[in-house]
Amino acid sequence: MVKKYLDKIRPNFEEGGKLSAFRSVFDGMETFLLVPNATSRVGVSIHDAIDSKRIMSFVVIALLPALLFGMYNIGYQNAAAAGMLEQTSFIEMFFYGLLVMLPRIIVSYGVGLGIEFVVAQWKKEEIQEGYLVSGLLIPMICPVSTPLWMMALAVAFAVIFAKEIYGGTGMNIFNPALIARAFLFFAYPTSMSGDACWVATESFCGLGHNVVDGFTAATPLGIAAAGQAVNFAETSTFVGLIPGSVGETSVIAIAIGAALLLVTKIASWRTMGSVFVGGAVVAWLFNIAGMETNVVANIPWYEHLATGGFCFGAVFMATDPVTSARTEKGQFIYGFLIGVVAITVRVLNPGYPEGMMLAILLMNMFAPLIDYVFVQRNINMRLNRVKK
Amino acid sequence: MSQLFSKENKEIFSSPLNLNNPVTVQVLGICSALAVTVQLEPAIVMGLSVTVITAFANVIISLLRKTVPNRIRIIVQLVVVATLVTLVSQVLKAYAYDVSVQLSVYVGLIITNCILMGRLEAFAMQNGPWASFLDGVGSGLGYAWILVAVGFVRELFGAGTLLGIQVIPDVCYEWGYANNGMMTMPAMALIIVGCIIWATRAINDKK
Repeated sequence: MVKKYLDKIRPNFEEGGKLSAFRSVFDGMETFLLVPNATSRVGVSIHDAIDSKRIMSFVVIALLPALLFGMYNIGYQNAAAAGMLEQTSFIEMFFYGLLVMLPRIIVSYGVGLGIEFVVAQWKKEEIQEGYLVSGLLIPMICPVSTPLWMMALAVAFAVIFAKEIYGGTGMNIFNPALIARAFLFFAYPTSMSGDACWVATESFCGLGHNVVDGFTAATPLGIAAAGQAVNFAETSTFVGLIPGSVGETSVIAIAIGAALLLVTKIASWRTMGSVFVGGAVVAWLFNIAGMETNVVANIPWYEHLATGGFCFGAVFMATDPVTSARTEKGQFIYGFLIGVVAITVRVLNPGYPEGMMLAILLMNMFAPLIDYVFVQRNINMRLNRVKK
Repeated sequence: MSQLFSKENKEIFSSPLNLNNPVTVQVLGICSALAVTVQLEPAIVMGLSVTVITAFANVIISLLRKTVPNRIRIIVQLVVVATLVTLVSQVLKAYAYDVSVQLSVYVGLIITNCILMGRLEAFAMQNGPWASFLDGVGSGLGYAWILVAVGFVRELFGAGTLLGIQVIPDVCYEWGYANNGMMTMPAMALIIVGCIIWATRAINDKK
């Protein structure tokens, strides 16, 4: 049925049709809904049943548990901040979160896809589907109170400077979603970190509560970086009913997404696993290093892995197939170093309570080098074999 | 007089402004372009200083070009440039102390500015004083306008001011607008220079 409709409206978008300006939009929608109908005409090529659009859709599905939980957590934090936890029902909390999140997701997709459409049309290319995932990631890795215009600006910056100037999806060095977050983090530090940005404080469409001005709630890592002891119970960081960026708080929800990504083999278990190993090893080393004045260093290593954006970054950001290392051994090194750098930044730099974003961006930069080393090593090994 | 402003001389003056711009085309003098452009005022002063120094260093070297032994020409060039830089630095300290404090070491570092040595080596050693003067002024201004453009964007969005005067009205801040802290970082200056290169190339390619 979809195909019939698309076939019917197709002539409008062909060269000279009245809607030819939107050709790329049509192409994008068609291949998104159906399997591409143009196959390669040159030589023999083998096609997998799933193309990159299908992969992207899987990642979006894997993100849903974290997103839905994040929505509920927005409502929960709001109610908790207003002291109305008992009077607010689960449904109310969830829908409040939904209403708060919806405009962010719409803005993120609207701006990002808008730029993609314009670029695709201008270069006369197909629309690249890469933004499908980034567009959902960006609202999820930002604090809930980030103003919409800031988010729009960050999305535009990330799509243009982290993606389009490198040649679009698949060519980018850095993860665009993380670039958007890094841009916000450095451009508007007061809206992105500290203790006043993690809880939604205004009622919205009759749902939720107005919280008194000046309410603050820091993330566990923010508290620790300020030098105070953290008393969040372990279950709380695991379940995720704590202040934090929307998608990052619940380990359980992220684990469901991780399982889906691993079963479908979209994410590399090598990268994902070694991020955790790297983080655990370094956090453990800091634990036994006896740095008594540094509170963050003394957070137990298993807590380190459960707090902040560590899980979310390890599962959804580090494994991005475009910006991570591609060689199998390289993925171990790449992931391990992400974990190491993330925990090191957390512990040793009091200015940055969370190091995951910086760690992944840094390793994004090194991924090609890691790949190069392993590919060269392989070539040399085989050359030696031939010589013998 | 007509010879002084002949077509060739005009081209010597105008080509570094755009088609052969020291920053956007030759990609020289980037360090100072990143360092002094957080605000517009130091950017303007820096641009003018470099223009003056390039122009007069070009003239002096051009006059000396036949007497300087080839082996020690770099040292001679450096002495000339260093003298001029010291002069400019003293003038700034006397008449624009605040700006000279803001520019700090970057005035002294004009000595090592690649644009200067580049122009001296590539132009003043081969051409007469008048042509060298035009070339120096052109190169200096080509450098200056990039600095001013970058400084304009960075001060406007980074601090909401221009030349220290608030430009973005308070109403905007009440509506939730905030200054962009990224603009005050050198990284953003690099991106803005990149954008200017992008724009000038796109325009020049069309011609």
